[in-house]
Amino acid sequence: MRFLAKRLAGLVAVLLVASFLVYGLLYLVPGGPMAFLLGNRSGTPEQIAAIRAQYHLDDPFLVRYAAWLRDAVTGDFGTSLVYRQDVSALMASRATTTVFLVVYATLLIVTGGVAMGLLAGLRGGRADGVVTLVSSAFLATPPFVVGVILVIVFALGLGWFPVFGAGSGFGDRVHHLTLPAVTLSLASAAFLARVTRASVAEESGREHVETARSRGLAEGHIVRRHVLRNAAIPVVTVAGLNVAGLIAGSVVVESIFALDGLGSLFVRAILQRDFAIVQAVVLVLVTAFVLINLVVDLCYSALDPRLSRQ
Amino acid sequence: MSLLTLEGFGLAVPYGRGRRTLVEQVDLTIGRGEAVGLVGESGSGKSMTARAVIGLTPPGARVTGRIVFDGAEVPSGRALRRLRAERIAMIFQDPRAHINPVRSVGDFLTEAMIHNLGTPVRQASARAVRLLKEVGIGDGERRLRQYPHELSGGLLQRVMIASVLAVEPDLVLADEPTTALDVTSQSEVMAILDELRRERGMAMLLITHDLELAAATCDRLAVMYAGRIVEDIDGEPRHPYTRGLMRSRPSLEEAVHRLPVIPGRPVAAFEAGEGCAFGPRCDLAEPRCRETRPPFVRGVACLRAEETA
Repeated sequence: MRFLAKRLAGLVAVLLVASFLVYGLLYLVPGGPMAFLLGNRSGTPEQIAAIRAQYHLDDPFLVRYAAWLRDAVTGDFGTSLVYRQDVSALMASRATTTVFLVVYATLLIVTGGVAMGLLAGLRGGRADGVVTLVSSAFLATPPFVVGVILVIVFALGLGWFPVFGAGSGFGDRVHHLTLPAVTLSLASAAFLARVTRASVAEESGREHVETARSRGLAEGHIVRRHVLRNAAIPVVTVAGLNVAGLIAGSVVVESIFALDGLGSLFVRAILQRDFAIVQAVVLVLVTAFVLINLVVDLCYSALDPRLSRQ
Repeated sequence: MSLLTLEGFGLAVPYGRGRRTLVEQVDLTIGRGEAVGLVGESGSGKSMTARAVIGLTPPGARVTGRIVFDGAEVPSGRALRRLRAERIAMIFQDPRAHINPVRSVGDFLTEAMIHNLGTPVRQASARAVRLLKEVGIGDGERRLRQYPHELSGGLLQRVMIASVLAVEPDLVLADEPTTALDVTSQSEVMAILDELRRERGMAMLLITHDLELAAATCDRLAVMYAGRIVEDIDGEPRHPYTRGLMRSRPSLEEAVHRLPVIPGRPVAAFEAGEGCAFGPRCDLAEPRCRETRPPFVRGVACLRAEETA
């Protein structure tokens, strides 16, 4: 319990620092916030004054930051400069697609990667060779190439999956997001398979596994009780890092498959200098990252008693 | 009838394209309830020999000769698992490495009872507490909930001994059971192991490099060098290697300024030449020692055993 409280305090601290940096970014833009807000337009003095008032640019920096943070905590990230809409509403409508995509890809990574790794690590021999070869190929292929190939083969060629769009309703979403999720997950799944394979092979050779063998326990029992849990720590670490990275990786995949998700919103916001959206999306990404790391740490202490009682 | 017999046992492991012999021509017998010590330096093949009895050989190893346990050759597959589960148990050198660190002590102790002997969980735990008491660990209930990293090496080795007692095997293979422990707990752990083994009439094969420890606990001793047994000690040691081992131990009675050492380093079986493997380090070696392997005659493999006795 104390461990959890400590971790949560750390999480809040990280988020505070991140939010400060995210908010401060606006002031690091060449020409200052005014040039950023106006973009290429040239405003009349009245317009400039109106903008200054609207964004409280005459207040000291810290006061503005505090006001922004107070609103952000309640879910109010201000109004988009381009869409003239509430940022939270803009994000909420797109978050469903991205969250669905990331969760789908996570499931593929964890099940596929771990299963392939176990197969290679426990069976050895030919299975090991095939998994190593396939994972090398997947690791070496960037997602935009995988995405295009998948579209050509499965969407245009075989016609099994739609080429773009996110679908509505659960079944339709799964159908629409299968190719994007596969694209997003292949490299990570390959990496996870590698890590699982190495970890399982190493644990299988441990002395305590020899003890279990010397006691005449069945091989399946030894794998379940003495290999898997001991091998899980590096696997959980890598899975956590990869899933956290997926959120950023979805930017590329969303633009390949023309999905209207957080990633594409983010890219457009950057191009259009819509800083309210940029700030909000970055903050959401950071929060997700930190939360996933918290989950990974909790998994550590559940898996290994040596890590939990310090 | 003897419980365990090794006849011309040999073991070779793959190395590069060929094989390297680690153990050869080992003959050894252990009777019921008897304790036999197998003494030798690191790399002499003693651990390999003990592990081979329950089929724990390195991958790709080739075993020659016969290992007969209770009248039948040591089987493979399911029958071998039954043998390991019920009749032959092994105590390992380093309990810290040989007990799964992420499972509790209770898990370790009850696992074999539950899965091999079909004991109900509650009964297995109660039995584990009793066994812990027998090996000198009092607060058993608390210990069962603890994890290996919370116990000292000496306590962990007692836990390992308790786990072996739990299955009441006919033969215990003890591979340097006290080497990883500090000196004070060494004698305690050894005493506990020996006493409980005698009470239950279990036979023991004790692997050690400590000649004195082996002599104190075992009924018979065999000395191994370079993968072969060079002497079955019966009374005074006769092989120059055994004598060297005896001389190079510090003694409490005599003050010696500098311990005598056996010059050179121990060789493995595959490094030994034509003649006596110990020849290059032996101060009694003659030209004929370099030509042929000394045969094992009347308990010793030394050409000069008769004259030096």
